[in-house]
Amino acid sequence: MTPQLDRQTCVLVGGVVALLGIGSVVGGILSRLATNETAHATIHNLNARLKAWWIMVGIFALAMATGGIGSVVLFGLTSFLALREFITLTPTGRGDHRTLFWVFFVILPLQYYLIAIHWYGFFAIMIPVYAFLFIPLRSAVAGDCERFLERTAKIQWSLMACVYCVSYVPALLSLEIPGYAHQNGKLMFYFVLVAQLSDVLQYAWGKTLGNRKILPSVSPNKTWAGFWGGVLCATLVGAALWWVTPFNPWQAAGMSLAITLMGFSGGLVMSAIKRDRGVKDYGHLIEGHGGVLDRIDSLCFAAPVFFHLTRYFFT
Amino acid sequence: MIKELVIMAAKLVSGSNIRWQGCEPVVRQRIYFANHTSNLDALVIWAALPPQLRDAARPVAARDYWIKNRVKRYLANKVFNAVLIERLKPTTRDNPLTDMLAAMEQSHSLIIFPEGGRQSSGEMGPFKGGLYHLAMERPDVEFVPVLVENLNRILPKGEFLPVPVLGSVTFGTPIKLELGESKAAFLERAQAAIKALHHL
Repeated sequence: MTPQLDRQTCVLVGGVVALLGIGSVVGGILSRLATNETAHATIHNLNARLKAWWIMVGIFALAMATGGIGSVVLFGLTSFLALREFITLTPTGRGDHRTLFWVFFVILPLQYYLIAIHWYGFFAIMIPVYAFLFIPLRSAVAGDCERFLERTAKIQWSLMACVYCVSYVPALLSLEIPGYAHQNGKLMFYFVLVAQLSDVLQYAWGKTLGNRKILPSVSPNKTWAGFWGGVLCATLVGAALWWVTPFNPWQAAGMSLAITLMGFSGGLVMSAIKRDRGVKDYGHLIEGHGGVLDRIDSLCFAAPVFFHLTRYFFT
Repeated sequence: MIKELVIMAAKLVSGSNIRWQGCEPVVRQRIYFANHTSNLDALVIWAALPPQLRDAARPVAARDYWIKNRVKRYLANKVFNAVLIERLKPTTRDNPLTDMLAAMEQSHSLIIFPEGGRQSSGEMGPFKGGLYHLAMERPDVEFVPVLVENLNRILPKGEFLPVPVLGSVTFGTPIKLELGESKAAFLERAQAAIKALHHL
């Protein structure tokens, strides 16, 4: 079931490219107009983000064009980089070394292999059942009991967030939706587009007219105006794009609402972890955005929910 | 060719997180002294230096470890041109200091680990006196504190399989031996200079 480059896909990709083009032109104009120091810094960050978006869209489009396997490899690498950032920030113990080796080099590739061969019955439970039992066992065998439960929880959660949840994005390609055969690539693109657009719109609304913070102790950048503006606009865009999905307009709106709300939750939880560790970003790999994990925190929470909603109601 | 590959691998492993915080990467004779937590330390610091500085810098390493097999010997001699010193039974004839000073005579910079061995706990151990003696002999040279972080998590003592967490290398503000400064005071100041670079 390889995603095809049909007319609708081209329209979707073309739309995103047009959007980025407009964004880049506006960013260019703004950077000339910026007068004071703060405005300059904000615009500089905006343009860095836009530049990174061009690259990310390019990579994603390329992965989709190569068919299913390209997407699985892309998200597998994304998981690897995110896991690396997460484990770096999370102190683990001496006894976890070999456990971590298993996590990075056996469990992660195995999960994406299972996704690639569309084995739903196993990829849905491999990590929550087998990996989650194996991790504390391997650490116990290493004989290091210091803060045992804490260390186990850290490794399990990193695997859950960075690998299990993210792997549900390419898993969308394995769904067998009646009347939608060979079109799952569009569904994946739709999902990533709505989730990321929701992030961008929340950021944009928050920057322009937001000042009442939702949870300042967790995330200083999340405002009520950003939340409502982002959720509403992204839901509307998601509903308007119903024609590329197996959903009708109302169903598409409901799905988009679920994606945006879960995306917001993911951002909030990942922020809480960052505050706990005393950092602003998970890394520096993507200029303007921070680390890989900073960019995919919303996908992380939204992907499994979107997958299971679609699977329950539409297959 | 092998040298380039080793440098690339070392940067990949360390996540290329290199900060010059207290000095600039300029070509001049220096002694880089760092905390020691992993066998990767010397390699990663050496690889973190810009090419011109790297060619002039020689890690000081334990002879007994680096002559164990052919791969290690090749790496030590041909790739990062290590100054191999005797740490098991130093004698007046086999004085590590002599080898280091000889290397410095040829205007090389040194990368040294004043703790002597790796600490499995991750905490820094007491500094050995060599650093002080080098400072006495070469008061003209800059002593640059270097903090390596997380490398003990990538490859801890006694392990052979690396885990790809992100490491980092931070270069701090150079220190010099003060006039009349005692050995203990200098070593303590040197250790504090590394500790002051902590990020995580």
